Amino acid sequence: MKKSKTLDFKVIFGRLFAFMKPYRKGLIVSIIFIVLASMFNSFAPFILGKATDAMIHLVVGGEPSSVGIKNFITILIVLSICYALYSVFKYFSTHIMVRVSQKTIYDIRNRVDDKLKKLPLNYFDTNTYGDILSRITNDVDTISNSLQQSLDQIVTSVTSLIFILIMMLAISPVLTLIGVITVPMALVISMKIAQKAQRFFKEQQDTLGDINGYVEEMYTGHNVISAFSKEEDVIQDFEVTNHELYQSGWKSQFLSSTLMPITQAMTNLGYVGVAVVSGILVISGKMTVGMIQSFIQYLRQFSQPINQTVQISNVLQSTAAAAARIFEFLDEKEEIAEANPSEFPEVVDGTVDFEHVKFGYLPYQTLMHDVSLHVEPGSKVAIVGPTGAGKTTLINLLLRFYDINDGSIRMNGVDVRKMKRAELREIFGMVLQDTWLFTGTIRENIRYGKLNATDEEVINAAKAAHADEFIRMLPGGYDMVLQEGATNIAQGERQLLTIARAILSDAPIMILDEATSSIDTRTEVLIQDAMATLMKGRTSFVIAHRLSTIRDADMIIYMQSGDIKETGTHESLLAANGLYAKLYNSQFAENNG
Amino acid sequence: MTKVFKELGHFKIGIIFIVITVIGNVIASLALPNYLSTIINESIPNKDVLGIISIGGTMLIFVLIGAVCNIATGYFSSKVSMGLGKNMRSNVFRKIQYFSQTEFDQFSTSSLITRTNNDIIQVQNFINMLLRVSLMAPFMFVGGIIMALSKSATMSMILLISMPVMIVVVLLIGKFATPLSKKMQEKIDKINLVTREKLTGIRVARAFGTEDYETERFKEVNADFMKNSIKMNTLMGAMTPVLSLVLYATTVALLAFGGYQIVTTINGIMIGDVIAVIQYVMQIMMSVMLLSMIFVMYPRAAVSAARINEVMDTVEAIQEPAIPASIPQEKGVLEFKDVVFGFEGADHPVIKNISFTSNPGEITAIIGSTGCGKSVLINLIPRFYDVLSGEILLDGINIKNYKIEDLRKKIGYVPQKAFLFKGTISDNIQFGDENASEDRIEEAIRIAQSYDFVTAKEGGFEAPIAQGGSNVSGGQKQRLAIARAIVRKPEVYIFDDSFSALDFKTDAALRSALMKEAKEATVILVAQRVSTIMHANRILVMENGQCVGMGKHEDLLKTCDVYKEIVYSQLSKEEA
Repeated sequence: MKKSKTLDFKVIFGRLFAFMKPYRKGLIVSIIFIVLASMFNSFAPFILGKATDAMIHLVVGGEPSSVGIKNFITILIVLSICYALYSVFKYFSTHIMVRVSQKTIYDIRNRVDDKLKKLPLNYFDTNTYGDILSRITNDVDTISNSLQQSLDQIVTSVTSLIFILIMMLAISPVLTLIGVITVPMALVISMKIAQKAQRFFKEQQDTLGDINGYVEEMYTGHNVISAFSKEEDVIQDFEVTNHELYQSGWKSQFLSSTLMPITQAMTNLGYVGVAVVSGILVISGKMTVGMIQSFIQYLRQFSQPINQTVQISNVLQSTAAAAARIFEFLDEKEEIAEANPSEFPEVVDGTVDFEHVKFGYLPYQTLMHDVSLHVEPGSKVAIVGPTGAGKTTLINLLLRFYDINDGSIRMNGVDVRKMKRAELREIFGMVLQDTWLFTGTIRENIRYGKLNATDEEVINAAKAAHADEFIRMLPGGYDMVLQEGATNIAQGERQLLTIARAILSDAPIMILDEATSSIDTRTEVLIQDAMATLMKGRTSFVIAHRLSTIRDADMIIYMQSGDIKETGTHESLLAANGLYAKLYNSQFAENNG
Repeated sequence: MTKVFKELGHFKIGIIFIVITVIGNVIASLALPNYLSTIINESIPNKDVLGIISIGGTMLIFVLIGAVCNIATGYFSSKVSMGLGKNMRSNVFRKIQYFSQTEFDQFSTSSLITRTNNDIIQVQNFINMLLRVSLMAPFMFVGGIIMALSKSATMSMILLISMPVMIVVVLLIGKFATPLSKKMQEKIDKINLVTREKLTGIRVARAFGTEDYETERFKEVNADFMKNSIKMNTLMGAMTPVLSLVLYATTVALLAFGGYQIVTTINGIMIGDVIAVIQYVMQIMMSVMLLSMIFVMYPRAAVSAARINEVMDTVEAIQEPAIPASIPQEKGVLEFKDVVFGFEGADHPVIKNISFTSNPGEITAIIGSTGCGKSVLINLIPRFYDVLSGEILLDGINIKNYKIEDLRKKIGYVPQKAFLFKGTISDNIQFGDENASEDRIEEAIRIAQSYDFVTAKEGGFEAPIAQGGSNVSGGQKQRLAIARAIVRKPEVYIFDDSFSALDFKTDAALRSALMKEAKEATVILVAQRVSTIMHANRILVMENGQCVGMGKHEDLLKTCDVYKEIVYSQLSKEEA
């Protein structure tokens, strides 16, 4: 599955920059400003040295020299202008860069989000939410953090290095050699340390992963641990990993913390060398005191970009890794293109036909071999069978969450593959076992079934679903905001809301997945009644768990290992004494005893 | 955060070393410009080359001291911050291990996980940064000013103006950045929330064709985040140019003032001093800029620290008895006497005046609608929650008087959500009794109707179980959780709706095998399915926390309307 093991930096950053394209004007201006800022910043120490030299000539032979004073003031003015321009350009370059990078991130996030709706459902069934979520959040965050800072830093570093080097050479090639000779040394040492730190860092990340996993497991199973009094054992195990984490943690921290002192020490060595040599040079009349000052400043400024280079290379690596993961996601195969031109049945009354449908989730593994089915409008179809029999698959195919391999599925005679997905799905309403609601008001959640519904329609749907009564009792009523997972209302109430949502959608075909357990009897009665309202006059497909539903069905489909084994009514299937009869009887042998 | 700083008290020695090494580094850094100014002021005018070289030697020593101190700071601060993280993690984990269900409800499991993992790392990184980088700022600040004063008291007057300006700038930026940084966290959480919802609701969104609506929902939170992020980063980005401006204005002022002094007093001040003072100012400025990084990190770390403290400050609802009772001879008699229970802060009790006695060899089943309190009721037995009033007696002794471990030893508990640990199947069964023999494990597995699927697995009893038991089905998980309880030969079995994922046939077979095993134990069983409980010796029908009927299936069918309603919703009249 992995497309490239080694990260191709060029391609990745090329694509990343493609995202900045709409903002390239800002980007270019910002970069120009950064270059200008570092130019002024690199020029300033030179003038500062000149100012110092001019200071010496303020007094000539014990008397203030008017020429000297004039000269000194002029230099100060130039220096001030230089500083001011630096600050102004620096400020605006950041100001623009922040906007460019944040907008780029905004676009990347939207693009990733947009991709979500284009992916086939298969993708979500085969990848964990955690993995997808981490790409959308963590990976984008990583890029976001590095994009604006790194870009600024890289341009600043590179231009500063060049400008400073030029200025240093202009002042004194010999001093430049002394000052700069330590730089490669610092770099080599830093690289060596970074390599070593990397090992501990990886160890630390691994242990951290272990500890996070352990904590998650133990907290989730907390009541079991308490029930079996295993607290101390668990703590002992934890301490061991925690200590390992400490060991690898402080080592990697320490090693990476030595980078700065080492470059600093190297710069300081240069400082001493420059101080001594330039002192001697001044004595021999080969340079001025002001030049010493300029040079020392350059040396300090020079160490900064060097320091950052090591940092930036780390940041770039993690950015590339994160970007690679995002691009991998963006490159995932999308749903098959819509039929063009598309068709739509003239009348949609809920007639559904399956003709010799063949399907498998994996290309080499056929699950459904040959399914044919005719459903009359307005009929109630109960799908039963053991887990893994293909009940959910049938629903997935109806809604065209997956495309079939062979045969056809038709709505009033029109093949679903010839219809637009959105138009096809408008035919369906759905109530699933896991009651999905989002953080928003109850009104918004019901309206989800039909986005342009009026308030009155929403309330009517709620009434039909027996939800109106409990909603009115809630603080805020229809405007109460549901928490994540709608944990601030009861499970049964959540179910009623999803039914209301389906009722509002007023779709000709309903798909229902009955809840298996854990709903109180009173609410259960309400739910059953609401479901009955929902199914009235519509074709409905029910993944049935309740015997009452099964018995009332116009058609029972018994599925096993992907295929339909039996179809018929409750009575006819019992009379046939086949698989359904066996299931039915085995379940109730107990109860009758 | 103050709590965290107190926690740092355990690392006094390390911190003392950090302070010493930081001071050493500051002195070394400040010494260099001082010697440079000596070269300029004395050696150069005197053309003293040897002097310059000897000063250079002294400077080298300071460079060395600085480097050693700097590296030592890194060493000690890594050890201290990581040590702090380790201690906190250890304390929090231990604390949470002894939390009862009440505390888990209060915090939620996922929040406790984040607090133990991410929050501690946040604090740990913050402390590391604080010790390694920011601690230097005040020393550099004070040291720099002292050095500047020693060079030229009159010139240093300029610092009296520029330094306060600088401090005000930093504080102002900090003041505005702190709330923005807090908001950043909230907004990114919001993005995560919406994304999570989109992923879990993908089928619903597609079925209802609301993809565009979903896109709008995401764009909204995304834009919100972007706006805040722009504000925050612009502000932080302004720091460098603004501080630089202050620094450079100071430099120009120093030069101008120096020049003025030279002109008016004729050689009243040495050139070398001007150069040195300018360098001190730059060093001070650098350290202040490093300090400002704290403003970005502090808000997040403070929030994390507060969240950790919340855990540590929690007083567990369940406490050990002062004098634990000795373990009685009697076996498996469980009695509820007028038990009332309510969650903290709730208006109404969840359980009202429940009384019953269950003897060894008997099954007591509890049925009722969700939220009727049946699950809470049985969770009172192992003291996951404590009763509000009334008492629960096990073998004649109030469960509150048992040592908690002794009490739980008597209980075989099967939770509502079957939970297995990473390890092998037999590891998981042995969790119930670490001394269980292989034969005993096999026996338990057989009773739990798991033998067939366990032996069918590669590795059999030693087959691996993934984290959370994700590689076995729901029904298998439940059966293994039941085997885990069976293996301890408990006096009291508690099944909290533990048969729900089993098909009717397995359910029946398991129950009949269990009855043979548990002849001398009390069985308390909560279920939704009537078929699971209809053969119990005693059925407790609960509604809204009250017992509305108790007796055998046939009797309840005649006397208890609620029971009748439940039964008929599941079985036809003939079947009942």
